Amino acid sequence: MRSMSKSKEMQEFAENVVDAAEVQGRSLWTDARARFKKNRAAMISVYVLLAVALFAIFGGYFAQWSNEEIDWSILGNVPTKGMPSIENGHYFGVDDLGRDLYARVVQGSGISLMVGLIGAIVAVVFGTFYGAVSGYAGGRVDGIMMRIVDILYSVPFFFILVLLLVVFGRSILMIFVGIGLVSWLGVARVVRGQTLSLKNREFVQAARATGVPSHIIIFRHIVPNLFGVIIVYGSLLVPDMILAESFISFLGLGVQEPQTSWGALISEGTKTMQYGTLWQLLIPLFFFTVVMFSLFYIGDGLRDALDPKDR
Amino acid sequence: MLNLILRRFAIAIPTLLTLTIITYLLMHSAPGGPFTSERPLPPQVLANIEAKYGIDQPLYKQMWNYIVGVVTQFDFGPSFKYKDQTVNEIIARGLPVTLTYGVLSFLAAVLVGIPLGIFAAIRQNTAVDYFANAFAIVAQVLPNFVLGPLLILFFTLWLGWLPGGGWNGGYWPHLIMPVIALSTSYMASVTRIMRSSMLEVLRSNYIRTARAKGIPEHIVIIRHALRPAMLPVISYLGPVFVGMITGSFIVDSVFSTGGLGYYFVNAAFNRDYAVMLGVTLLLGALTIFFNLLVDLLYGVIDPQIRY
Amino acid sequence: MNPTMKAALFASAVAFASGPLLAAGTHPVTGEALADEQVFTYRVLDEHTSVDPQLVEDVSGSEIVRDLFEGLYNQDAQGNLVPGVALSHTTNDDKTVYTFTLRDNAKWSDGKAVTAGDFVYAWRRLADPNTASAYQWYMEVMGIKNAGPVMAGEMDPSELGVKAIDDTTLEVTLENSLPYFALTTTHTSTFPSPSWAVEAHGADWIKPENIVVNGAYTLTEHVPNERLVRERNPMYWDNADTILEKVVALVINDDSVALTRYMAGELDRTEIPSGQYPQLKESHPDETVVFPRLCSYYYMFNLRDDGPEALKDKRVRQALSYAIDRDIIVDNVLQGGQTAAYTFTPGATANFTVPAVDYSTMSQADRDAKAMELMAEAGADNLDVTLVYNTSEGHKKIAIAVSQMWKQKLGVNVTLENQEWKTFLDTRGQGTYEVARGGWCGDYNEASTFLDLVQSGSGYNDSKYASEQVDALLAAAKTSDNPQPNYTRVEEIIADDMPIIPIYHYAGNYMIKPDLKEWPIQNVEQNWYSKDLYKVAK
Repeated sequence: MRSMSKSKEMQEFAENVVDAAEVQGRSLWTDARARFKKNRAAMISVYVLLAVALFAIFGGYFAQWSNEEIDWSILGNVPTKGMPSIENGHYFGVDDLGRDLYARVVQGSGISLMVGLIGAIVAVVFGTFYGAVSGYAGGRVDGIMMRIVDILYSVPFFFILVLLLVVFGRSILMIFVGIGLVSWLGVARVVRGQTLSLKNREFVQAARATGVPSHIIIFRHIVPNLFGVIIVYGSLLVPDMILAESFISFLGLGVQEPQTSWGALISEGTKTMQYGTLWQLLIPLFFFTVVMFSLFYIGDGLRDALDPKDR
Repeated sequence: MLNLILRRFAIAIPTLLTLTIITYLLMHSAPGGPFTSERPLPPQVLANIEAKYGIDQPLYKQMWNYIVGVVTQFDFGPSFKYKDQTVNEIIARGLPVTLTYGVLSFLAAVLVGIPLGIFAAIRQNTAVDYFANAFAIVAQVLPNFVLGPLLILFFTLWLGWLPGGGWNGGYWPHLIMPVIALSTSYMASVTRIMRSSMLEVLRSNYIRTARAKGIPEHIVIIRHALRPAMLPVISYLGPVFVGMITGSFIVDSVFSTGGLGYYFVNAAFNRDYAVMLGVTLLLGALTIFFNLLVDLLYGVIDPQIRY
Repeated sequence: MNPTMKAALFASAVAFASGPLLAAGTHPVTGEALADEQVFTYRVLDEHTSVDPQLVEDVSGSEIVRDLFEGLYNQDAQGNLVPGVALSHTTNDDKTVYTFTLRDNAKWSDGKAVTAGDFVYAWRRLADPNTASAYQWYMEVMGIKNAGPVMAGEMDPSELGVKAIDDTTLEVTLENSLPYFALTTTHTSTFPSPSWAVEAHGADWIKPENIVVNGAYTLTEHVPNERLVRERNPMYWDNADTILEKVVALVINDDSVALTRYMAGELDRTEIPSGQYPQLKESHPDETVVFPRLCSYYYMFNLRDDGPEALKDKRVRQALSYAIDRDIIVDNVLQGGQTAAYTFTPGATANFTVPAVDYSTMSQADRDAKAMELMAEAGADNLDVTLVYNTSEGHKKIAIAVSQMWKQKLGVNVTLENQEWKTFLDTRGQGTYEVARGGWCGDYNEASTFLDLVQSGSGYNDSKYASEQVDALLAAAKTSDNPQPNYTRVEEIIADDMPIIPIYHYAGNYMIKPDLKEWPIQNVEQNWYSKDLYKVAK
């Protein structure tokens, strides 16, 4: 997974952000917002992403068919009768079974975006928690917890994910959890590094001296200072999650019918691309590509906006 | 540096042990077993077969026997599904395949991606830059399970230039499409990372100083900018390698190359315990080794790093 | 071409071909011009399990074993028995002792004669618990005397009811009378194996460098998960009539990729991807081949005591069955020449006539009306059903189509559950499902191989359907000379009790290059032998 790479780069970035956050407090966010708004590619991407999200949420109202209904009049003659058409209400054509591709893309977009979002949240939440605890505890506990991360880094995670899906059966929940769990290691390392340095700052020392319990210090004082890093890291994880889901779908371990996802739609479209039903591949691929573009640009934009080094 | 190597080796052992145990436990908790079949075997037959493969014993004993076999005789046991082959034979067949196209794809990603990224950065906002950017973005999001079949349609069916699959002992025409399919998206990422880090370095103060001193531009780039600009790319190489192992399943299943990726996924589906364990262990060991290699390289390029 | 014809032409064939090579000439019987290069390359979905006749357990492995080894009988292009190593057999009056006469000119590839002892060795090896073959149970299907105790390790394998009277006479003793016993000897697990090679090399005896075979081809190359090559065996007794020089099996996992490679000329035969037959037939009319197979596709209900209550009402089961429009499944979803099924045993089965059951003769509109009526009678509105199937494009399509039919016609709320293969088998075997997909291919060409599935004691009866009447009818059919009336009755009972919903009978869909001749499309078991195939000049 690409995300693991980000650690070294992120570590540096995180130092900058955390330092700046402490020095400047609120104004960091105002500054960042201003700078993000100046980044044209990132802003366009935000609108595109928003549009796709709206499409996923409200697109269903414009569908003339549900995502599971078979158009019996087309079934069996998809290559000749199933292409996109306004007349019969299949704006995006139909899939291989005569089901409305428009409705399926709407619903698949929802799933894929959710997988991206929730997967990233799972990774970030778990990673932050783990990293903060490890860094704050320090000493032997920190040593052991980080050795565990080192060990897990060497596990071919994708395979464990396949095993997890085989063992626990496929379900959206398992995909969220599985993909998220695969990606928390990088977050944990970065967060732990920052916690180590934050822990010795005055405000933390002061809290400790007044007897504030550790878990409150972690969540009240340390984690909020890491928000910038966490958000950027999270945004960079989202496209990875979506890619991972498409891969899982290719293996046939994706979501259950009649639910679908971009990965499942693309993989189905690929199977029939040489039989004159190219729209079945191109339409979902278009959505997938556009969103991936946007996510990349937004991730980069967020990083640039929050990185005080450039000012 | 020696210290780093020793520390990594020390950690490799518990890592692989943990990996064995996790895999073993997950495998055994999966529904069905290696000999579950469409026609359920009569209990007597099943008992005979389980006795032959030693999976009638308690789990801890099986695990122990397995580990002892691997450590003392480097014997990964027989395949439960492919009766004519042992896991050692499967690895001996699959590993060279995976390594060959893996290393070639890796080289392709680096050797094309880095220069392309550098040129794009030097010639920022020119045709080269736009091309590099466009390529990087499209290539990065095109899943390789789409790219693979497209390549076959194009090069095999329409142009008739390349064989549509198989390994054929690694004869070069069989390598081209797998390498393209596997390397493209990483080539794109490397290009992007290289470009942005080069841009950043070129804007830094010491490069400005160097330029101000009147040092020719190409020397500024080669002598001063290249080294620091490479660091982010190098830290990305570890994940590239891991991603290539992951992607090897798709390459194997699309191009019938017969590498380890395919064996792993199918072993998981077939509950071929021995194959799954053997391949997981091997890939785990490779990952550790490769991460070490990347860290060493990082140290060579950036002398400030101390282990 | 059958072997007797071959024998008659033996002399002319030998005279014609001045050596073992028949290529680059004309076919000795048909006179067609033969291609210079007699190489047949075909696609297999997955790596075979083994080429050891006693260990092989999958279809693609059996195809290879049929080329490498030869059993007592072979099948011709229609699936009829033709002499293999055995020339003929006799039986005692109650059909419990079969005596086979073997040919004296059959040779192993190392020059040793193939004897009755090699069969005895192989059969004992199959039954021996130490061999741990997944097909051990086949000895019980064959009804060989003492097979059970030998498998259980209670008796020495030498007690098995098979012995060599002399080198060319094999005597088999059965537990009970079995009229169709000779049919079971075309199964690969009954093929002979060379004791000396097995003993010398152990598990490695099937490696290309060690293998000793008695079939028309020998194994020359095996690259796991990529290719397996077999080439003509000059020691084979009928080598002079073999035309194909070399057979190559390529492992290609993806149907569409396989088709692309076929189109690019890399393969002579491949399967047609699900749903693509009509289009390919139009674009490549000479190359698409469709033929009935000895397999049935069905859905099963879980009838265990702890199974779903609603499905215990046979009216609900009937309604669900009636509401499935098989014609749409066959003509619009699969589109590959399959036939709609209302009864379990395929019509392609030898000596079997498909009986007409009540609902098979109705129109679909009537069936739908009847289904609604039945549901109303049973009071089953808002029925929730979970349908389990295993991961596959074809199964998925059918499940979706069926779920829509149930939903639209009967208002049944269907949840689809796609499970990967082993999980699926476990679910079915443990009975933790409501409705599940099933597919069954005959082990031999006789109706009992299908109907045994609904017997209460059968290990394959995943519905756990139990009917004393069916059990009695099937038991009586076993030894009867004309079992058809019993089979008809059983099918009628199933159509009424509906423990399973028959959906369609399989068809084989291949792309075959027009220069490859004699593909046995009429052999419903698809037992093909490379020695019967040849390529004509283009």
